[in-house]
Amino acid sequence: MQETTFIKPYLRLAGLEPLVIRPETNFVNIGERTNVTGSKKFARLIKENKYEEALSVARQQVENGAQVLDVNMDDALLDGVLAMTTFLNLVQSEPDIAKIPIMIDSSKFEIIEAGLKCVQGKCIVNSISMKEGEAKFIEQAIICQSYGASVIVMAFDEQGQADTKQRKVEICRRAYKILTEQVGYDPQDIIFDPNIFAVATGLEEHNNYGVDFIEATREIKQMMPLTKVSGGVSNLSFSFRGNDHVREAMHSVFLYHAIKAGMDMGIVNAGQLVVYDEIEPQLRQLCEDVILNRNNDNNEATEKLISFAETVKAKGKEIIKDDAWRNTTVEERLRHALVNGITDYIDADTEEARLKYPAPLEVIEGPLMDGMNVVGDLFGAGKMFLPQVVKSARVMKKSVAVLTPFIEAEKEERRQAHLAAGTTNEEGAGAPKVLLATVKGDVHDIGKNIVGVVLGCNGYDIIDLGVMVPADKILDTAEKEKADIIGLSGLITPSLDEMVHVAHEMKRRNMKQPLLIGGATTSRMHTAVKIAPQYDNGVLHILDASRSVTAVSTLLSKEKEVLLQKTKDEYEGLRNQFLNKNKKDLIPYKEAVITKEYFDWKNYKPAKPALDGVKVLKEFDLGTIAKYIDWGPFFIAWEMPGHYPQVLEDKIFGTEAKRLLNDAQKLIEKIVAEKWFTADGVIGFWPAASNNADTIILQTDNGEVKLESLRQQLKKAVGQPSYSLADFICPAELGTDYMGSFAVTIHGARKHIDRFAADHDEYNKILVQILADRFVEAFAECLHQKVRKEYWGYEKNETLTNEQLIKEEYKGIRPAPGYPACPDHTEKLKLFELLNVTRNIGIELTESLAMNPPASVCGWYIAHPQSHYFGLGKIGKDQLEDYANRKGMTIEEAEKWLRPVLE
Amino acid sequence: MKTILDCLKERILIIDGAMGTMIQRHKLTEADYRGDRFKDWHCDVKGNNDLLNITQPQIITGIHKQYLDAGADIIETNTFSSTAIAMADYEMQSLAYELNVAAAKCAREAIKQSGKQAWVAGAIGPLNKTLSLSPDVNNPGFRAVTFDEVVTAYYEQVKGLVDGGVDILLIETIFDTLNAKGAIFAIKKYFRDTKKESLPVMISGTITDASGRTLSGQTLEAFYTSIMHARPLSVGLNCALGAKEMRPHIEELSQIASCYVSAYPNAGLPNAMGEYDEHPEDTGHYLEEWAKEGFVNIVGGCCGTTPEHIKHIADHVKNLKPRQLPVVEKELA
Repeated sequence: MQETTFIKPYLRLAGLEPLVIRPETNFVNIGERTNVTGSKKFARLIKENKYEEALSVARQQVENGAQVLDVNMDDALLDGVLAMTTFLNLVQSEPDIAKIPIMIDSSKFEIIEAGLKCVQGKCIVNSISMKEGEAKFIEQAIICQSYGASVIVMAFDEQGQADTKQRKVEICRRAYKILTEQVGYDPQDIIFDPNIFAVATGLEEHNNYGVDFIEATREIKQMMPLTKVSGGVSNLSFSFRGNDHVREAMHSVFLYHAIKAGMDMGIVNAGQLVVYDEIEPQLRQLCEDVILNRNNDNNEATEKLISFAETVKAKGKEIIKDDAWRNTTVEERLRHALVNGITDYIDADTEEARLKYPAPLEVIEGPLMDGMNVVGDLFGAGKMFLPQVVKSARVMKKSVAVLTPFIEAEKEERRQAHLAAGTTNEEGAGAPKVLLATVKGDVHDIGKNIVGVVLGCNGYDIIDLGVMVPADKILDTAEKEKADIIGLSGLITPSLDEMVHVAHEMKRRNMKQPLLIGGATTSRMHTAVKIAPQYDNGVLHILDASRSVTAVSTLLSKEKEVLLQKTKDEYEGLRNQFLNKNKKDLIPYKEAVITKEYFDWKNYKPAKPALDGVKVLKEFDLGTIAKYIDWGPFFIAWEMPGHYPQVLEDKIFGTEAKRLLNDAQKLIEKIVAEKWFTADGVIGFWPAASNNADTIILQTDNGEVKLESLRQQLKKAVGQPSYSLADFICPAELGTDYMGSFAVTIHGARKHIDRFAADHDEYNKILVQILADRFVEAFAECLHQKVRKEYWGYEKNETLTNEQLIKEEYKGIRPAPGYPACPDHTEKLKLFELLNVTRNIGIELTESLAMNPPASVCGWYIAHPQSHYFGLGKIGKDQLEDYANRKGMTIEEAEKWLRPVLE
Repeated sequence: MKTILDCLKERILIIDGAMGTMIQRHKLTEADYRGDRFKDWHCDVKGNNDLLNITQPQIITGIHKQYLDAGADIIETNTFSSTAIAMADYEMQSLAYELNVAAAKCAREAIKQSGKQAWVAGAIGPLNKTLSLSPDVNNPGFRAVTFDEVVTAYYEQVKGLVDGGVDILLIETIFDTLNAKGAIFAIKKYFRDTKKESLPVMISGTITDASGRTLSGQTLEAFYTSIMHARPLSVGLNCALGAKEMRPHIEELSQIASCYVSAYPNAGLPNAMGEYDEHPEDTGHYLEEWAKEGFVNIVGGCCGTTPEHIKHIADHVKNLKPRQLPVVEKELA
């Protein structure tokens, strides 16, 4: 069955590699140094025809974390078309640079078009506007679209550049309408630049420019949520040129607020942004006042910032290179170095920490991890940007590099000690292999590397395939290297899909290794709902590096199956929880009926039941039934964790479990020999047909009996049917089908239960109770098999073991009214009447339609080989009404019986 | 009469196999290539397969017919090199338009003869000059051709194909995305200029090695992102790799493409003798597995495949459901 794929309307760009801007994408940095108007150095290199050196400026931008490269050749002294063409052609031959998308930046459209002719990827045009009227705007937009470029639209019209919030929003709105309605642009390919102007110029009318931009951004994003907002940030601090310290602080504060309002990208010098939280509080406060235009009557805030700026200037570079942090503890210094991306002292600080801590590994797990956690938090809160995180990672790597030789030496020492003592060395050759990879499309590997280090230090052989690893490579290597465990990592959301894919492929290749899932966006829920169902040989979500060791060591021990089973059960629970949570997505009942499950009835020949009508089976052989007992629920009933038979080997419960089983088996011998129980059953079969909706009509000697079933209404992927039991019975117009039903019960348990209770023998009392339940279930199982082989006879040659029966590998189903596929207990009334259950075998129904004796089971028999068990899930009011109508109940009555499945 | 869109919703469509492989079987001579009209042409033309559209149309029509009989729903015109730029090799630049018209007519004639419903895809090849790569190692900024020249050449080809009566335009074997963008630009411009209703466009790229990138260095997703603006009927991969090697890439494409997905691999990788020796059943089995996984909407063959391959492919996938189009959402959340 195909799952429907959903494609989100994200802005998608491409160089040699794709760049997808998702809602969770942090602020996109656009490299601005390859701009002749903004960088004197770059301008000089281009004018002097030093293109090779100019390329290194571009390369540096990429290394500093620019995700898009802005290229601008607007200079009166340059042939812009030629310069743009030459430079971009050269960029295309440098994969390190060409991997990111290009923003072609010019105020002259012929330069823009020249640039578009050189780039194979999907570019951004910066910019077009309505300053020369609509006709020109449309013409240029069509050309941009013919090259497949996204466009930045500047808030500029025939009247000029927009400065107030209102004008900015108005112009953007008008441009949006034209682009989407007349030119056919996709909204996500439109980026607005609502103009960042300089504040704190001394002119009061400029004081609100920051607020105007931020508020316009907020409104634009609300009105046109698929579009993006960008801006040239350095304009803002124009009046403080020469004072980089203040400028950087202003940019950082401005971005902090603008990003919160919805700004997606901006032209900034990625290498020169201070971390918002690291700005000295006084300066930050002053910047906030100026940018948000607070406390600014009579330019008060402006004046304050200006006088502050003077002090910074006076002190020269001292403040900028504030070394106060050097006087703190080594942990604090490591944190500071990580957060600020400073590598200057990292070797010495790491060494100091190594001497301070008992083992080098503890430096990694302690102060370094603490520092990286701060980085992670700041990044998540939008207070750090990607390039800064890249710098932090670089510091981390350097520090780990200092520690690695010591970690290796310790390992070697342990190996030698083992050799000397003649013991086996768990770290040498033959150590279990753990393969780690960051999945395709993802480059984040800090977490994975830490896991690698931690596991490596615990004696495992780590095969680290690095980042962006395609599924095939992971699995080929795992097979070739005989990896014992595969660990996947990822930080961005699409990696989740890729992990699902890897799991799917592991199943296809019939692999055996357990699969570990880790990384920031991964979760237990996602792993349970999406990944684990793809692969049967063990999928575990690992919350953090510290837990990887326990998980891996357990998976390589005898406890493996126990852990996997425990995880499987836990995930099953999560899946159910997830399904129940997703209430809101119901499809109309009418639609659900149309999307019913269709079997190939034309090529299906239903077997006519060998038994005609109803048959009562009294005092069925208990010894036969006992062979069908499923011990799993027995231990669950005793609240013994783990599964049968693994529970017998459980460290904590094993001994007790064995004793319990022993006692139970002895008791069963007694029950069978002394006939403590009486097993009675009744079955029957009738010609049946469905009505192509949810009614099944049985032809009985006393006329038609209509059975009403319920249909799933939860919204599923397109093409996935909405199940109902009625789908498993042939529609009337396509032929005659059959259906059966059964009821079984265990009499006699009560007497013994009461006897043990009187003796205050609680243990045996509960044992009998639980065994009665096991017996009746086993009876149902046993009888179902007899039905398949004999009484109905549609599967005469079945040879399934009890394990296979427990796993429901048989053909056909026996759903019970009141259980997941057919939760309405009132259908039991019809079943009881059809089989005359009470008279035939003495089961009575309580007013809430529970069966007495409690050890009783009843259900329907359906034979079609594709019929299957399912859970109904929630249903809507429309189905409730239809169902009540079919059943001849009032809505209130139907509601009462169906409450658990109603929203 | 069902449209191609109707059919794509219902089943997997079959595109034909190799033209060159089939022409080779005819063991044509220089004289055959020249025919009467070019008997005095001033340079050799043997190997100019596209010329056969004019000089041996019955052979081309016959090959098309064989593919139609084998089960092809879409046949490609014999115009892989029918542009002024590629024809320069035989100094036949001036014939570009005429070759395209003639080729479209050969294909149409074959469909007429077969009496079944099928579509003609006008094949637009990648050119022998590329816009993203420099042929001069010492001068990486150099380009042997300009974007404008590429657009002009493709514009003429498109005009010829449309005038000859094709149903679809197929930009194929793309190894440099910028060339393909030139073709897309030309197609958009042609239909804007003529105000004709635009024909559906199929796009098929080529992944040349195991790294999963195009020759010009793009990843598959980057490639798809860069041609999305063509709003193609389908996107896919052809040539270069055999089905086995193509599988992970087709799978990825089936996940990311909002349009239909096509795949027409070579008959395996060439053996030591440079021959394709993958058996038709094998190709058929590979493609059947993709179809079962729900990866594809249009399948067929490229280099080395024959009507026998196409027949096997068609037989293997005929009862399988086509890939469902993804739902393109209108909201971010």
